[in-house]
Amino acid sequence: MMPRFWPMFRKEFIQMKRDRLTLGIMIGIPVVQLLMFGYAIQTDVRHIPTVVLDQSRTPESRDLIAAFENTGSFRIVAHVDGQPGLDAAIERGHAQAGIIVPPGYARDLGRGLTATVQIVIDASDPLSSQSALAAAAGVGQVRNLGALTAAAGGANAAIDVRIRPRYNPGLRSPNYIVPGLVGVILTLTLVLVTAMAIVRERERGTLEQLIVTPITKTELMLGKIAPYIGVGIVQMTAVLTLGRFVFDVPFSGSLVLLYGVSLIFVIASLSFGLFISTLVQNQQQAMQVSFFFVMPNILLSGFMFPRAAMPLPFQWFSEILPLTHYLQVLRGILLKGVGIRAIWPQVLILCGFAVGLITLAVRRFHKTLD
Amino acid sequence: MSDVAVDIRQLTRRFGALTAVSGLTLQIARGEVFGLLGPNGSGKTTTIRMLCGLLDPTDGTAIIAGLDVRTAAERVKMQIGYMSQRFGLYEDLTVAENLEFYGGIYGLTGRAGADRTAEVVEFLGIAGRLGQLAAQLSGGWKQRLALGCALLHRPPVLFLDEPTAGVDPAARRNFWQAIHDLAHGGTTVLVTTHYMDEAERCDRLAMMSLGHLIALGSPAEVAAQVGGKTLEDAFIILQERDER
Repeated sequence: MMPRFWPMFRKEFIQMKRDRLTLGIMIGIPVVQLLMFGYAIQTDVRHIPTVVLDQSRTPESRDLIAAFENTGSFRIVAHVDGQPGLDAAIERGHAQAGIIVPPGYARDLGRGLTATVQIVIDASDPLSSQSALAAAAGVGQVRNLGALTAAAGGANAAIDVRIRPRYNPGLRSPNYIVPGLVGVILTLTLVLVTAMAIVRERERGTLEQLIVTPITKTELMLGKIAPYIGVGIVQMTAVLTLGRFVFDVPFSGSLVLLYGVSLIFVIASLSFGLFISTLVQNQQQAMQVSFFFVMPNILLSGFMFPRAAMPLPFQWFSEILPLTHYLQVLRGILLKGVGIRAIWPQVLILCGFAVGLITLAVRRFHKTLD
Repeated sequence: MSDVAVDIRQLTRRFGALTAVSGLTLQIARGEVFGLLGPNGSGKTTTIRMLCGLLDPTDGTAIIAGLDVRTAAERVKMQIGYMSQRFGLYEDLTVAENLEFYGGIYGLTGRAGADRTAEVVEFLGIAGRLGQLAAQLSGGWKQRLALGCALLHRPPVLFLDEPTAGVDPAARRNFWQAIHDLAHGGTTVLVTTHYMDEAERCDRLAMMSLGHLIALGSPAEVAAQVGGKTLEDAFIILQERDER
């Protein structure tokens, strides 16, 4: 079966090995991206620079401000004397949040009235403002509860909500980002490398000589992607190893399962690239079309932004992206330690993508010049 | 197999409104060196590409070694060797690797494959260059390597599209010697060329102009049919007529 697959594979392998620049980039990209994402991108925003306008100037108000600081979300950078000073600090970007304690704070609190505290947040960056909002609301609730319990003469709270953040108890960003990054890097590099594969031969004039031979379309396509399956696995191993030892990302599930499913995803990505290669006329177009397809994968798959937050049509759309399903597998296996029973639907879908895309690529490709 | 290696009847190819080859009919006998001559744009390359299965004919038929290119294109591919105008081998592979690759693609494996490769290497005298990257070869050596890759599977029919473009005179002479050796061995060769001295070395010629067959026969007959004393006269008459 497919006697011409092996010569094709050998040829592609030698060419891949000789193209040091491309190979270097393919191995270098994962490392650089991992360090970049792992160190720079922290979605759990802490230590927001905060200015304080304390008009009460009482032990109670200082106690409240200390409570805000103790959440770790706010870092007091300055005390100001009036509203203009606070506004100016936020406008200039010296601070992203302001705490305003009105003059009557301690008095109202003492009389059993509702004391007000105002938190001003620069919400132009929703991500950091959300964490500040949550922290501020938390401080308010804890204080209220304390006051109410004291007023009721030390009664127990009616409900005690105990939250257990499973699978990522520290709520650490790297635990979430690194597994996702495996999928993103594979998509980014593998789609691009095979998108170039056939147009490059067309541009160099080697395709003409190749298609006057009896090689079948399937032998040609499979021979082209096979060497890059190995590259994909090396990339994945690099990211996971760095993730494990540099960023302490947990490794809960079965490695064999992870590699097995990844193999399917790698084949699907490479086939996708091949399909692009049959659509375009030159390498420049291949690059443009690849980015056009890769961007939605990164933005809508749930790598950066939670899919649950997307409008329904986009959630449906993200179902047709291989990366969406692979991310669920990655996070499932790495963080939750789940087995095949939890992820078989995703695995089936990925198999469907791999077989469908390679079939599509083979059918689109013609052994003629027009 | 009959003595007609290539049988072309009413072969036509249109690209949109342009008719590149129009109703071409000719037969090439087994072991013949047949030249296809004509100015740029006369339809030579389009004809060869149709015969190799690289382009589908719009109309007409071509039978090669008894197989119809329209219905048995993939089987035809085992019967033909092809050299394109542009160097079509892999410049980032060595001479040996290119030969090994095409040998593998044509199903030459094991001892038989190695023997055949050695035979071709010897025939073309490229033994000293086996370890060199194809990119580093001069025009003459590239062309020999390309011929070698096209010959590995002993095709009964060879299609050579301007094989000596950009090759020095000594290398051209050697190349033509190789072509005649192959023809003596029974290989049919269809070659396009721009050089009159090469055209003179063909057994028979077809002269094309704007997709049509203008003259057919021995070099002297073709010159006479077009109305020139020599082949070169004939060619220039044609070219000037085309450009008007």
